[in-house]
Amino acid sequence: MMQLTINGEPRTLDPVDTVDAMLRQLGLDPRGVVVELNRAIIRRADIAASRVQDGDTVEIVHFVGGG
Amino acid sequence: MLEIASQSFRSRLMVGTGKYRTNDEMIHAIDASGAEVVTVAVRRVNLDRGDEEGILHHLSSEKFFLLSNTAGCFSADEAVRYARLAREAGFNDFVKLEVIGDRETLLPDTAGLLEATAILAREGFKVLAYTNDDLVTALRLQDAGAVAVMPLASPIGSGLGLLNPYFIRTIKSRLTVPIIVDAGVGTASDACLVMEQGVDGILMNTALAEAKNPVGMATAMRLAVDAGRGAYLAGRMPRREVAVPSTPSEGMLS
Repeated sequence: MMQLTINGEPRTLDPVDTVDAMLRQLGLDPRGVVVELNRAIIRRADIAASRVQDGDTVEIVHFVGGG
Repeated sequence: MLEIASQSFRSRLMVGTGKYRTNDEMIHAIDASGAEVVTVAVRRVNLDRGDEEGILHHLSSEKFFLLSNTAGCFSADEAVRYARLAREAGFNDFVKLEVIGDRETLLPDTAGLLEATAILAREGFKVLAYTNDDLVTALRLQDAGAVAVMPLASPIGSGLGLLNPYFIRTIKSRLTVPIIVDAGVGTASDACLVMEQGVDGILMNTALAEAKNPVGMATAMRLAVDAGRGAYLAGRMPRREVAVPSTPSEGMLS
């Protein structure tokens, strides 16, 4: 298992290598979100290649209604 | 036709997507408003809610120009972070920049706003800066690289209408970038009065979302924006403190 902090909450995931695999385990479509890994934004094109490691801090955002 | 940073927009009315009772009501209201520019906000995905509830499931990025905001940000650093996240979504490099300085009035932190505008402009963002109705701040935002300045009519969500037409006119007359009045409009006459000041456009959210009938209000707002713009272009008659008859005074019976 691996421990991550995702959107401010501790989360235990089955081990994954990449941001893309992490998103899929969370049930998210990588095309619908933007990811920040340890405060660095992951470019859309790099989601499949970006490595995620035990202890990383992740933010996963999308668009909601706003004025 | 409204032009901001070489991008043309067919409507001078821009609308937000917050606070609607249902997504269906929002979509119908936006359609009725005729708006092309539609604002959205960046927030964390809720991982415990199984369904993906993002707003883009309801708004087509082909039909609308999505303008991401930095609402809720209280520092330049935070606003810059939100803007960068929004840009990575890949729609455009426009951002409606908000740096809020006071929780009660939601008035801007103008120092933070200027700092964030300069940083984002250097990074190639097209910054539309939400600010108060202060001319000097508006001028500094333009100097810092804002492509449009968005002074308020009155505080966000207040519906108090246009509190200072003179300051809005002054800002419009002194800046060269487009002026989009953002926040405070409550009903159609407010929108009409705003447009009569000669500004380039108007952005509203709560006036539509909290109307009893958002679609009806959106239609009224579309007409009001057109009416106000038309009246501005036509040029109003002078105000006089005395009556002047409209009917000839000659030819009266003796």
